[in-house]
Amino acid sequence: MKRYSAFAIARQALSHHQGWERAWRSPQPKRKYDVIIVGAGGHGLATAYYLGKNFGITNVAVIEKGWLGGGNTGRNTTIIRSNYLQDPSAAIYEKARSLYETLSQELNYNIMFSPRGVIMLAQTQSEIRGYQRTAHANALQGVQTEWITPARVKELCPIMNIDGPRYPVLGGLWQARGGTARHDAVAWGYARACSDMGMDIIQQCEVTGVRREGAKVVGVETTKGAIDCDKLGMVVAGHAGVLADMAGFKLPVESIALQALVSEPIKPCMDVVVMANTVHGYLSQSDKGEMVIGGGTDGFNNYTQRGSFHHIEETVRALVETFPMLSRLKMLRQWGGIVDMTGDRSAIISKTPVEGVFVNCGWGTGGFKAIPGSGWAMAELIAKGAPGPLAEAFTMERFKRGQFIDESVAAGVAH
Amino acid sequence: MSTRLARGGRLVDRSTAQEFTFNGKTMRGFAGDTLASALLANDQMLVGRSFKYHRPRGVVASGAEEPNGLVNMGRGAAFEPNQRVTTTELFDGLEAESQNHWPSLEFDVGAINTKLAKFLPAGFYYKMFIHPRSFWKHVYEPFIRKSAGLGRAPKDRDADTYEHFHMHVDLLVVGGGLAGLVAALKAGREGKRVLLVEQTAAWGGRAMVDGGRIDDKDAAIWVKSAVEALENMPNVTIRLRCMGAGVYDHGLVLCYEKVREHEPDAAGPRQRLWNVRADHVITATGAIERPLSFAGNDIPGVMLASAVRDYAVNFGVSCGDRTVVVTNNDDAYRTAIILKGEGLDIPVILDARPVVDSPWAMRAREMGIRVEAGKAVSKILGGKRVTGVAVCAQAGEGSVTEEIACDVVAMSGGWSPVVHLWSHCGGKLVWDDALAMFRPDPERPPLGADGRGFVSVVGSANGHMMTGAVMADAGAKVSVEEVAEAEMMPVWMMPQGAKRSLREKAWLDYQNDVKVSDVQLAAREGYESVEHTKRYTTLGMATDQGKLSNINGLATLSGALNKAIPDVGTTTFRPPYTPISLGSITGAAKGDLFQPVRKTPMHDWHVAQNADFEPVGQWRRPYAFVRDGESVHDAVMREVKNTRQALGLLDASTLGKLVVSGPDAGKFLDMMYTNMMSTLPIGKCRYGLMCSENGFLSDDGVVARISEDEWLCHTTTGGAERIHAWMEDWLQCEWWDWDVYVTNVTEQYAQVAVVGPNARKVLEKLGGMDVSKETLPFMQWADGQIGDFKVRVYRISFSGELSYEIAVDAGQGLAFWQALMAAGEEFGVMPYGTECLHIMRAEKGFIMIGDETDGTVIPQDLNLNWALSKKKDDYLGKRAQERAYMADPNRWKLVGLETLDGSVIPDGAYAVAEGTNANGQRNTEGRVTSTYHSPTLDRGIAMGLILHGPKRMGEVVTFPKVDGGEVQAKIVDPVFYDKDGEKQNV
Amino acid sequence: MITLHCPYCGVDADETELTPGGEAHLKRFGPGSSDEDFEGYLFARQNPKGVHFERWRHAYGCGKWFLAARCTMTLEVFGTYSAQTTEPPKKIKDAISAKRPGWTWGAFS
Repeated sequence: MKRYSAFAIARQALSHHQGWERAWRSPQPKRKYDVIIVGAGGHGLATAYYLGKNFGITNVAVIEKGWLGGGNTGRNTTIIRSNYLQDPSAAIYEKARSLYETLSQELNYNIMFSPRGVIMLAQTQSEIRGYQRTAHANALQGVQTEWITPARVKELCPIMNIDGPRYPVLGGLWQARGGTARHDAVAWGYARACSDMGMDIIQQCEVTGVRREGAKVVGVETTKGAIDCDKLGMVVAGHAGVLADMAGFKLPVESIALQALVSEPIKPCMDVVVMANTVHGYLSQSDKGEMVIGGGTDGFNNYTQRGSFHHIEETVRALVETFPMLSRLKMLRQWGGIVDMTGDRSAIISKTPVEGVFVNCGWGTGGFKAIPGSGWAMAELIAKGAPGPLAEAFTMERFKRGQFIDESVAAGVAH
Repeated sequence: MSTRLARGGRLVDRSTAQEFTFNGKTMRGFAGDTLASALLANDQMLVGRSFKYHRPRGVVASGAEEPNGLVNMGRGAAFEPNQRVTTTELFDGLEAESQNHWPSLEFDVGAINTKLAKFLPAGFYYKMFIHPRSFWKHVYEPFIRKSAGLGRAPKDRDADTYEHFHMHVDLLVVGGGLAGLVAALKAGREGKRVLLVEQTAAWGGRAMVDGGRIDDKDAAIWVKSAVEALENMPNVTIRLRCMGAGVYDHGLVLCYEKVREHEPDAAGPRQRLWNVRADHVITATGAIERPLSFAGNDIPGVMLASAVRDYAVNFGVSCGDRTVVVTNNDDAYRTAIILKGEGLDIPVILDARPVVDSPWAMRAREMGIRVEAGKAVSKILGGKRVTGVAVCAQAGEGSVTEEIACDVVAMSGGWSPVVHLWSHCGGKLVWDDALAMFRPDPERPPLGADGRGFVSVVGSANGHMMTGAVMADAGAKVSVEEVAEAEMMPVWMMPQGAKRSLREKAWLDYQNDVKVSDVQLAAREGYESVEHTKRYTTLGMATDQGKLSNINGLATLSGALNKAIPDVGTTTFRPPYTPISLGSITGAAKGDLFQPVRKTPMHDWHVAQNADFEPVGQWRRPYAFVRDGESVHDAVMREVKNTRQALGLLDASTLGKLVVSGPDAGKFLDMMYTNMMSTLPIGKCRYGLMCSENGFLSDDGVVARISEDEWLCHTTTGGAERIHAWMEDWLQCEWWDWDVYVTNVTEQYAQVAVVGPNARKVLEKLGGMDVSKETLPFMQWADGQIGDFKVRVYRISFSGELSYEIAVDAGQGLAFWQALMAAGEEFGVMPYGTECLHIMRAEKGFIMIGDETDGTVIPQDLNLNWALSKKKDDYLGKRAQERAYMADPNRWKLVGLETLDGSVIPDGAYAVAEGTNANGQRNTEGRVTSTYHSPTLDRGIAMGLILHGPKRMGEVVTFPKVDGGEVQAKIVDPVFYDKDGEKQNV
Repeated sequence: MITLHCPYCGVDADETELTPGGEAHLKRFGPGSSDEDFEGYLFARQNPKGVHFERWRHAYGCGKWFLAARCTMTLEVFGTYSAQTTEPPKKIKDAISAKRPGWTWGAFS
């Protein structure tokens, strides 16, 4: 792999950029792989990457029915934070956040991780308590967060109206090392690194069946023919239920639409990410200058990647109330993605009833920020056949035992 | 130079001059101008700078597709960035300034990027700025952010208002050109309820410039009579300045009406967002002309051919003195002919087609215009303004055969139907090879609730580019007289074999600075999917969302990949068609109207008493009644002491009140509550718990048995609607054969808690019913009269004091409250708020939903096993609580916590155990759930959930603070105050 | 934003009048049931790409719960019906079969 750098660009400029090689190969599938990962989104590609990097397993195919990074990886609002309340969540999201910090250097691909800081606003007494609790939990979890005053909130984000009238800002939970990254670049960077390790990323290839011999998986049927494997990782977010159905088991997952929108670009006016859960909206400004806005999920099962407009309306109202200057900006584009919600709204990284089949799904509305940690934990699960400490609590068995990982308790929404 | 012509301009009123400023310079236009036409009339072709290279940018188009002409407009509370000059109607006093440059539009330092362009290819930032790590946040990113963005950020709160309209129609027609008018007329005559919307300020669309003759009359005359006919139909509503913004599922269409953007001083909302629910939608949204990809096609003065003639015909504006037309089709000849007719110079028409002998070409030649077949632009000459074209053969690599001086280049690469609305909700496209365009595929429309297509497309949007065909497609039977056009020839690169140096200067996306060479690079690097290419190069991601660049970019990509265009596919069209203001989406719901505020009957009294409010759900509840000179904390401490020592009043009206009645009500409540409610005697009260089916505590409250088949269930303030819905859910969907009725009477009653040792005295003073211990003992209720008020009195206590909760009709609430205040004066009455309530219940060890519970806590955790009826086979949550983890003896359990030093444990603190877990996180053995300074005990008290807590009485646990210190607390009984209940049972 | 016909009050209700209630025709398992059955009741969901049966409440209308048969791929609505039934009525199933021959959903087809 030719390395990317300013010098490489300067060198290429002399030859009018004719010499750049492909970022990833576009191979035909082989007969058999040690591991097949279904889903070339961030989580799937990261899984493959850490299989190679941490366990030396490189005879890997990542199969994608569309284009890599084309699902929720390329549709989210790119927020990265790890200020979660429960230990298992904090552990995996903090792992992810810390991997994000050095990912550009590690992948030699600028994913533009921008640790600009994330504020979660407290606008009710119960949110104050919830976030103060989170701050205490984070301190014990090795996650750097801080409870800040309304004045400090205003200082960090001057365009915010902290005086209400309806929901004055009472404080906030501040994670200075949270931020954003360029979502596409995360998928592309991992894809380039995987391809460089000899892994095959096979796009435009839909899995149509899972082949088993007895209780064990032996391969998949795809639109590009049958492919054998010893182990199969399903990392397909909203479509997890469909794939599980092919393998013959059920998942506690429902697929619903989550929407987002961006404004037209304006000059920099906001240097942090703000999440306002009482009014239900979150906001950041992209490097391009667009105000990136997200809100709550729709409420019904949906695979259309379109949402209902009244949710956009609710989100925009909430944010205009908190950021009055937004009123005269214009919505440039709105879109939707299909998120997979589990019974406790936390992810599943788990063995399944089918031997050799592992599943990673249920990231709901918070998947992007987890990508490196999720891939790291999933790779360990696949390589060893048993979960490591990061993945252990995320077993799908937890629903039977009643042992949930519930993040909603701190008044938080998991974006 | 561009200038106002001596005559013409069908849309402008030359008798009404309007003054405006651009970058501080005063200019003049006419009523009816757009900002673009007015700028051009003042020779202001240069209007902005591009996003990446800060190249000079001029007006390209005349409508919504304009990528370049974006300005900051207005000031203060009326400031708005990124206003599109081509769709902004001029008004007197308009202030505009150009964007994205420093120090000035004419001289922009950022234009250095143009010189560096070869170091800034598509995706360069993915390959650079990687080292050193800290530089991204501190050096590179701030620099990139500063140079990116377009307009300035508004600073002030928007002074304007917005509103929403809701409308149901049989047919919505989007687009007021010929096709839309025909479709609306047809449906209107059939008696359908029709809404017709047109985004511009004038009807007729392109026909007003290009329409030919319809039924022997000028197209404009046909349009006028059609509009009159529609105006006279009571079943038809028509609106100008109203854009079809987005099509959503089940026939919802958002329309965006600019009500008074063009007259900012008029009354009324600035914009109006229409939520239209249509049985059927016809999009007659026309087509957009495509640029041609040749070197220097971004230099100001290079414009769409149709725009050049629009400015002449509609506004009487000449974009330049000498216009070279370059085209691959006949349509652009109209521009040449019109300009020539205005006496302007057309040095040449460069037609890429090898043979040019159509009637249009003949006509141009007859007018003395030089027409060159098979010719192309090699490159544009000029910097901030076109000075000429270098001509070459279309078939070659771009060797220049001659240079021709000019100041405008009118280009046409053919037309693309506007298929956005068709596509928003899933309508698919089909590639039309002959016309080189994507058009709607009638076989794959967006599907409505009934599974049938609910959108159809007519006219140019459907791929018909001639007037006769447009009208026929929309269903009109008219005779049209127009000059036939010869076939166009797709030209995706000009010249066909353009050498690299030319491709590096051939722009696809003017705003985002994406060139042909960028798309080709993306393809080489493996970003082969059209979505990859778009995202890698940012093609089509600017504020125009690729209206001009999409097809050319796609064709370039297909060429690079050696694939047919339809095999490359398109990116997804997403709403809105053009950007709509967030203010319009917000509508009236801002400030005081943001969300409804629920107020108790006593609310205004609380306000007058300087209550510090907190939001609880949509209610506002007094947190404390702060007196002069007091802090909120002081007030809370005073309220607790006074209530415990004398008399306090709490407005408890917000507590949920659900009447559950019917023959099966007892059986039903036994399922809803963990307790047994069916055996509660009439006249008695019982504290009840409700769990989710997942076992977790969800609500609590006192239940009173009213009669044989009626119970009144109190819920938490936030729980009333939720629990009501929850009960209805089970009654309607699971036990629908049970005869039970649930009524939410929360707002029908005002409720006052009369609390403290003097509580009985004040009631006795008011007189009426017997409230003695003997007649109305603890946990009983009675109906009766107190003073002049008809009341229901509950002897319940959430404070541990002698307490009556008294319900009166809501309309009597304030009077009753004031009567209590007046009568209570001699007993030391004071109102108290929610924080006092919290502290008093904590002193008594009463749990609070939302404090001790958080959605993960089961009754067993709170030692509430006494409330879990052993006599019942089932209640909601019972099965769940039998699961392994719920029955685990290692679950944390509720205890009281007494700090060793008397301080208050911080809210949310965790108790730590030895060591760390496998993820390196500190082990914990509990957490605090409620923590207060108790004014009664004058020390910190708390409740918490602690591992094996109830078995560890007297042990000390440690709570680290976030600032590094720690608090040690002794595990104690959670009841801190009046353990034997002597105060409340008097 | 979808619309559904409320079978109780007869209104074609806008989504803003409705609250969604998840999968329909769940069989409740209470005390005495196995862990597997109970887990299935609370958490296992069909979540199909295609025909789906689901609960809705006309919350800002008549207040009634009702059931809907809907396609999760196209949002086509095959019909709505009373919540007071343990399986879709024949009329609804026929309506689905006419549009999606061979459909299955849980125990229904």
